[in-house]
Amino acid sequence: MGDTRKKAGTEPATQASERVLGRRDLVRLGLVAGAGSAGYLFSNRAFSAPGRGDVDDAEVRDCLLRGGVGQSGRGNAQSPQTTPFVEPLPIPPVKQPVASLTPAPQVDPLPGEGRTRPHQALTRFPPKKLYEIRQREARHRFHRDLPPSTVWGFDGIVPGPTFHARYGEPILVRNFNDLPQNHRGFGIPQVSTHLHNGHTPSESDGFPTDFFPFVVGGPQRFYDQHYPNVLAGFSRQYPPNGDPREAMSTLWYHDHRVDFTAPNVYKGLAGFYLLFNDKDTGDETTGFRLPSGPFDVPMMFADKLFDRDGQLFFDLFNFDGLLGDKFTVNGKIQPFFRVQPRRYRFRWLNGGPSRFYELFLTDPNDRRRAIPFTQISSDGNLLPSSITQTSVRLSVAQRADVVVDFSQFRPGTSLILENRLEQRNGRGPTGDILAAGQGDALLRFDVVQPGTPDRSLPPPYTFYEVNRPTRAELDAANVRIWEFERGNGQWQVNGEFFDGNEIRASIPEGASEIWVLRNRSGGWQHPIHIHFEELQILSRNGAPPPPNERGRNDVVRLGFNEEVRVFVRFRDFVGRYPMHCHNTIHEDHAMMIRFDVVRA
Amino acid sequence: MALMSRRQWLAAAVTVPAAGALVGWRAAVTANAEGIKGGYFPNVWLYTHEGRRVRFYDDLVRGKVVVVSFMYSKCRGVCPGITQNLARVQRLLEPSVGRDVFMYSISIKPDEDTPEVLGRYVAGLGIGPGWSFLTGAPDDIERIRRSLGAVDPDPAVDADKSQHIGMLRYGNERLERWAACPGGAKPEWIAQSIRWMTDEGASRHGTEAAL
Ligand SMILES: [Cu+2]
Repeated sequence: MGDTRKKAGTEPATQASERVLGRRDLVRLGLVAGAGSAGYLFSNRAFSAPGRGDVDDAEVRDCLLRGGVGQSGRGNAQSPQTTPFVEPLPIPPVKQPVASLTPAPQVDPLPGEGRTRPHQALTRFPPKKLYEIRQREARHRFHRDLPPSTVWGFDGIVPGPTFHARYGEPILVRNFNDLPQNHRGFGIPQVSTHLHNGHTPSESDGFPTDFFPFVVGGPQRFYDQHYPNVLAGFSRQYPPNGDPREAMSTLWYHDHRVDFTAPNVYKGLAGFYLLFNDKDTGDETTGFRLPSGPFDVPMMFADKLFDRDGQLFFDLFNFDGLLGDKFTVNGKIQPFFRVQPRRYRFRWLNGGPSRFYELFLTDPNDRRRAIPFTQISSDGNLLPSSITQTSVRLSVAQRADVVVDFSQFRPGTSLILENRLEQRNGRGPTGDILAAGQGDALLRFDVVQPGTPDRSLPPPYTFYEVNRPTRAELDAANVRIWEFERGNGQWQVNGEFFDGNEIRASIPEGASEIWVLRNRSGGWQHPIHIHFEELQILSRNGAPPPPNERGRNDVVRLGFNEEVRVFVRFRDFVGRYPMHCHNTIHEDHAMMIRFDVVRA
Repeated sequence: MALMSRRQWLAAAVTVPAAGALVGWRAAVTANAEGIKGGYFPNVWLYTHEGRRVRFYDDLVRGKVVVVSFMYSKCRGVCPGITQNLARVQRLLEPSVGRDVFMYSISIKPDEDTPEVLGRYVAGLGIGPGWSFLTGAPDDIERIRRSLGAVDPDPAVDADKSQHIGMLRYGNERLERWAACPGGAKPEWIAQSIRWMTDEGASRHGTEAAL
């Protein structure tokens, strides 16, 4: 990490734009101290220009007058005021299985199912648990100061319920499309659910054109998604159960309908999917002994805009990337979270649509103090060994699991989870790290009295080795160059435009490849996501990657004019998959290719 | 309306009343989950390549499935390819174009693209009904362009017409459902994307909407 930003995360964050804010600035920014235990309060700033204290009133007014018409990436509205830290962090419920499904799942698509091709691995990995989930419209309150907004959620909640899955325990999810078919406004009621990070057969992966509408009284009401929860490499290299080094931890599921992923996910169609095994057990007395149960907390970050009536707003006509001025965590704007003075595992996810984050813990009473935490995963994959950090950067769809030890703080202490990465438009962050207290406050941790004894182990931790490519594998790997370009406002990959029917790369199952991802689009940054398999970063701009990019990833941050070489093994399953930019606005504007894994 | 000379055109384009449209456009223009609020699209007067005077919102967009491109007749960059693509898209969507789907190509150099110039430009293309090339007062065109987001965030690039947007805006106005795809994409893919917006296409599965 830290390739484009000016100072590494280990530096105390005092450089760059640090300056003393006058009271007038604070008032304007809504940062003045008020109620609450924090010495100062973050707020709702006027649109997306990060809080440098120089938000121009005239500019805000002007933007409002223009109504956001084509004011790409500048944030398109000023959301109404909300009071920070007045509601607790919601924790999505754990999804519960059902005893049976009628009709029973089968290999070939069922009548009424949106699936178009047989399950390729259902017989080999028969589901041990069955689930039924419904995508529905609902009313959701993002903040007590705002009226309920219309959202779309899995089971009608935002985020959707959290799946707790285990390696060796295949599951099948019957995914219903109960969205209103005559819906007006942003979002399209045609869905294709992707399990992000999953080693999933193509027909269950949520390819962008595998969407299905709900036809009243007709066909295509549901889609059976089979998640084998099997380690990669089971079919050849490490039969029969796969390579233990390929275990993943923090996945998420979200809609992937071609051209409409941004509005559908923004509207709420996303949730967590956690994978456990006999080491990452979900029990802090066994295995790696990571903080578990109520001390293992997923956090989905998503920035949003609200219109003057307090309704969730989306700019349908933005081409660049959408920035919100309201920061939600698990569907609540700026919640608080009470923590005991012990270790917690947080699973941080950047849920998009376009913003990048650099997350810090800030002590409001001692802003210059760098507060360390332990990063244990990158993109949901446990690192070879844990890393002490004072910040972690997440582009869209990236995850980082971290362990924070609150026992170093007295009960009564409050800390702010703060995004200090400056980003002024949807094209990507500037790379500047804002001074502590001038970033975006996402959540407030309130340390309370001890309760449950901490039986987790302290860091450092050692997890799985990385299955590095051998010399022979590197020599045999086919090298493909993917250049991401932009011309006349159109995204191109290697000079060509996206076409869901066109196969841009055919890769024999079992083959390994080196992909060179090159950003040639000028002043834009792109989080590039490759479906289906984990990647290993071989080099970033010709140099070895930083420590927290030396594990396994599924998103590559491509900064301005960067080039990243990655190694990927394509194993076990066949069919179509995409690679795309995960700035979902870019993705929806065709910054994508299709590759097919074919039988060798 | 008869075709105008260039001088007549310039005079007409400048004096076209646009006040009504302005009111709508200045209104609170926000799209939320309930839909687009207020008069989002400018209801400005435009001229077709056949010299017909039409209003952008009321006559061209309201209640329709549309695809909109931006062009100018002398463009030697992306326009010729996109126009050719669209001609194939029109054939692929037959007989829907003019009935369920409407195609618009709007000049971003309205001062040189009079209706007559566009008429001549179109004559060589052999396009069918349901596809109009449009021009109008520069300010009005600018408003339409902004309302569809066809603006580059870099002001220098935005001012350079040779770098103008090649994305096609497509959508279903009745459902307030809008998206875009590159004009340089394959005509089959463009046609498929548009078809998904129609009532008939909306009930199709993503993989079976192939033409
Ligand atoms: Cu991008």
